[in-house]
Amino acid sequence: MPLKLEPNFHEPGKRHVRAFTPGDDFYESLIETHRDLSDEQSAMVNARLILLLANHVGDVAVLREAMQIAHAGVRG
Amino acid sequence: MLRTYQYPKFEYRQPPEQKNGVSGRHPVVVVGAGPVGLAAAIDLAQSGVAVIVLDDDDTVSVGSRGVCYAKRTLEVLDRIGVGDACVVKGVSWNVGRTFFREEEVYNFKLLSQPDHKRPGMINLQQYYLEEYEVRRAQALANLDLRFRNKVTSATPRDDGVVLQVETPDGGYTLQADWLIVADGARSNIRHMLNLDVEGKVFTDRFLIADVLMKADFPAERWFWFDPPFHPGQSVLLHRQADNVWRIDFQLGWQADPEEERKPEKVIPRIKAMLGEDREFELEWVSVYTFQCRRMADFRHGRMLFAGDAAHQVSPFGARGANSGIQDADNLCWKLKLVMDGRAPDTLLDTYSEERGVAADENILNSTRSTDFMTPKSATSLTFRNAVLGLARDHAFARALVNSGRLSVPCFLTESRLNTPDVAAFAGDMLPGAPMDDAPIEDQGESSWLLDRVGNRFMVLVFVDDPATVGPAQARTMGALADAPIPVEAVLVSPKGGVAPQNLRVWRDRAGRYALRYDARAGTTYLVRPDQHIAARWRVFDAQAICAALARATCNTEH
Repeated sequence: MPLKLEPNFHEPGKRHVRAFTPGDDFYESLIETHRDLSDEQSAMVNARLILLLANHVGDVAVLREAMQIAHAGVRG
Repeated sequence: MLRTYQYPKFEYRQPPEQKNGVSGRHPVVVVGAGPVGLAAAIDLAQSGVAVIVLDDDDTVSVGSRGVCYAKRTLEVLDRIGVGDACVVKGVSWNVGRTFFREEEVYNFKLLSQPDHKRPGMINLQQYYLEEYEVRRAQALANLDLRFRNKVTSATPRDDGVVLQVETPDGGYTLQADWLIVADGARSNIRHMLNLDVEGKVFTDRFLIADVLMKADFPAERWFWFDPPFHPGQSVLLHRQADNVWRIDFQLGWQADPEEERKPEKVIPRIKAMLGEDREFELEWVSVYTFQCRRMADFRHGRMLFAGDAAHQVSPFGARGANSGIQDADNLCWKLKLVMDGRAPDTLLDTYSEERGVAADENILNSTRSTDFMTPKSATSLTFRNAVLGLARDHAFARALVNSGRLSVPCFLTESRLNTPDVAAFAGDMLPGAPMDDAPIEDQGESSWLLDRVGNRFMVLVFVDDPATVGPAQARTMGALADAPIPVEAVLVSPKGGVAPQNLRVWRDRAGRYALRYDARAGTTYLVRPDQHIAARWRVFDAQAICAALARATCNTEH
């Protein structure tokens, strides 16, 4: 299965009237996870988060595609 | 003094209570002649309640302030008779564009479907809205609008509120059975009574400039993250009436508000944005900070708080004035029923409950927008810029870009006034939903659903052919109008024509009603005076309607 690049945030059992709500729910949680952390601690949390999610995705081809998109354009 | 607008000066007249030294007793007093207080006063006066409005000033809002009025607000303004004036004068828009540095990364449409009477949003300087509301209020014989009347004390009693009011002629006493408090974010009454309002202040400052210029930019909302002309901060551009453009510059917390307001500071910022050659004039400038907070309860006995007096949000999303006008929309029909003795006092608690949910939703969304625009840490900034960087090429990231989630009405799905569904329905018109508009034809005249519902309870019954409705059933439908709380029944049908018993018939002229309301023969909706769904069924059942009506008015315990 290719990497999903269309909006895909959802939460089981929740009915959202506004399409932006589940994505905003996620984003708020993400920022909240980093609250009161030093930059170094935040970098560590991010690394751990990526490893957890990567294992959850599992499909290495999909992960390579994500890594490639994430990397592109960052070095300018 | 503005070039494009002359502030009206409303006449002060000595109040009769002051002249005669007699303190009269009045059913409803509204404090504050802003957009919210006036909307509530007009709504009540239209329904036959005598209202006094007190305001300490004698003109309208200084500066453009509110600016954006959303579709739902326009529908409420239509109901109180000022919608057309606002839409004719205002700039209608539907599209918002978001830029990151030099590139557009995301755009949105407020209304994705055709066949709504009103646009997604209009931009209009707040002073115009207030002026139109004042004119409408002055045309109502039972609405007494008193300028330069400042409330100096409010004493709550079990059966009302006693007010001391100061005028240019001295003080007087006024007794109100009910008091609507709409005196703004720094509510004088809320302070006098020491009522808490809880939430957080944001440590950021914004410069607002109203700029008069000839420009052919489209009527769209443009928002920039980190633009080259204002690096590291955000900028928002809106077109308003009279070729006045509203520009909001984020300044950061360190900015000195007194300095930033000076034309010699403001003009270079605007030139950096518009180019050296663009001719413009400054109409009005202000520097603001904001908070997101609300009162725990919008009802305190006989006092009902509305608008900014009850809750405040950050401006990103235009959820301030818009939610205040929806407060008035929610409150007035309930207050009228309670005053008439047709509903128990507890119905007013549901005003605070329902609008409290809406306030929480508005605070949540505007806080999220603010956090996205002004990241509070290096990590938060990195995520924000990562989203913006991915947004150009990837739809999932565009959906995360948050430059303001613009005001949309709250779905009151958890309200205790709703009757839960007993049948399956598709679509969004569930109990508690604000009604979707649809084109209809009423007695041969093209009209809109939302122009025809509201101000009373109604039952909309969908039928294939009005002529085939049996006389007995038509009588039952018509008899709903004779109940203590009258309910007007209307047939909605893809076919026009005449129904027995002189029942009204609306033709679903574009088929949108059937689609949006998932309607087929027999589908019945009970709708509230504020154009929200109270209940729905697949068959017409008068008993079920009476039970749902009782529930929607807190009459179940009797």
